Amino acid sequence: MVLVIIESREGKTKKSSLETVSEAKRRAAELGTDVGAVFVGSSGDCLNPEVFSYGAARVYSLESPQLGRYSAQGYALALADLVAEVKPEVVFIAATAMGRDLAPRLAARLRVALASDCTKIEVKDGKLEFTRPIYAGKAFLTLSLKSSPQIATLRPNIFPLEPKTDAAGEVVKKKAAIPEGAIRGSVAEVLSEKGGEIDVTEADVIISGGRGMKGPENFALLRELAAIIPRSAVGASRSAVDSGWIGHQHQVGQTGKTVSPNLYMAFGISGAIQHLAGMSSSKYVVAVNKDPEAPIFKVADYGIVGDLFQVVPALKEEFKKLYSD
Amino acid sequence: MKVLVFVKRVPDTESKIRINHETNSVVLEGLNFIISPNDEFAVEEALRLREAKGGQVTVVSAGGDESTTVLKKCLAMGADEAVLIKDDLGETYDGLRVSRILARAVEKKFPDADLLLFGKQSVGADNAQVPSMVAEMLGLPQANVVTKLEIDGPNGVTFREIEGAMEKVVFSLPAVVSAQKGLNEPRYETLKGIMAAKKKVIPVITLAELGLTDEETAPQVEVVRLEAPPVRRNGKILSGPPDEAARQLVSLLRDEAKVV
Repeated sequence: MVLVIIESREGKTKKSSLETVSEAKRRAAELGTDVGAVFVGSSGDCLNPEVFSYGAARVYSLESPQLGRYSAQGYALALADLVAEVKPEVVFIAATAMGRDLAPRLAARLRVALASDCTKIEVKDGKLEFTRPIYAGKAFLTLSLKSSPQIATLRPNIFPLEPKTDAAGEVVKKKAAIPEGAIRGSVAEVLSEKGGEIDVTEADVIISGGRGMKGPENFALLRELAAIIPRSAVGASRSAVDSGWIGHQHQVGQTGKTVSPNLYMAFGISGAIQHLAGMSSSKYVVAVNKDPEAPIFKVADYGIVGDLFQVVPALKEEFKKLYSD
Repeated sequence: MKVLVFVKRVPDTESKIRINHETNSVVLEGLNFIISPNDEFAVEEALRLREAKGGQVTVVSAGGDESTTVLKKCLAMGADEAVLIKDDLGETYDGLRVSRILARAVEKKFPDADLLLFGKQSVGADNAQVPSMVAEMLGLPQANVVTKLEIDGPNGVTFREIEGAMEKVVFSLPAVVSAQKGLNEPRYETLKGIMAAKKKVIPVITLAELGLTDEETAPQVEVVRLEAPPVRRNGKILSGPPDEAARQLVSLLRDEAKVV
């Protein structure tokens, strides 16, 4: 079995978890096995039959009153017990903030190595090979794991969703046994950012600004463009963040976030190597810059050499037209 | 309060990474090395905690002799002492292996540490595995990718970054915390600090001293290959006045790229 750990937020299954179930289905078919999905929580509240339609044959609902709030310590303990019991050959989890927090802890508890943040998974001679960016995308490492079960986190926005079917499957309820005092740290509260902005790691479109934005006030231009384009987020280069023009959570690059949107639009970003590394797995790149020699144009699918303060308003009008049709 | 900070020596983020395809490894010659930028936030936070509450800051790195350069930097920033765990294997991309070494070092040499600070990930391997793995091996609570840390007696409160929100994580000490940009502004070394750091001796701990067997330190990750990133296709430069270029661009994104 390939076991997928599902992440829910506000009662909803994350899209990246469904992408992970989809990839599990494809690889399980090659390995000659099936897919299980596990929901963790205080009750089966978050259980979502949608995972069956993306390829899970079986769903585990791992429940304990102590698992109502996320805790890496508690989740790892409960999941390691489940793994020991149902013995999956492979465990997948999306490489979200939670997945990146939980998977290493679970791997350590199982005493196995971990393939983090994979962008490609293949089966070669019946064995899994994991490919992942290193140096934020300046190179790609393909690795195999000697330990078992094989455990990996999968980068969001990379693995395609399987076509939905109307398949159903069995639900297995499991009570997690968590000893008193075993959880010494957990989430007390989740504080949403203003306006419920999408994070750059989850956006389909990223609209990024660099030094060419000239000041914090001009990021409003990019925010206006983002307001028109569905599922888009505002990004920034390191120099814009270090100048205090925008919060560090928007920073794309080797010292910020590594992103893989469908479309990355760079405005006034020259393209320092550490920035290019962080956005190189974007499917399409647009660059707008005054300097025709800017390195960003070398990685751009479409470039406009010009003044962003003229181009962005023109783009706003064009996108408005596009989305009003 | 006793704070341990774990740091790693990595290639400068401005470096271009070249690959030796025969050895399946990164070409180290010609690279400039620095302390992993996220680790600097961890060192700074440890120094601030000491300034507020007293105690001691010890910086630990696992690696070859060359890792003493990053340890000296931490001493120059103000750390009280630094220790090198001698490990000459180089990059294995195996967080489990490194975590075993660090966790054992904590058990054997620093059993009374109150707080273990890390960077959220090393730039390079980009695994982000070691803090959580060490926490599990030592049975400690964890808070990763934090932008705010408050210690109040035996308890800690952190804010950690998740997608589009912040999680407030509460825990009791001892604990593992990993730092992210936004936590603080790391200080520069002072000349006085650099001079004092030069005089300090950095003790070296061997893996044998930690009682680690070859089996325990054998990498569980096998490198199949390293590759350069795929070359991006040649792009189109759209000319004309801004409104004309914008019109062209949106129609290409819709009809050719099909991404909007």
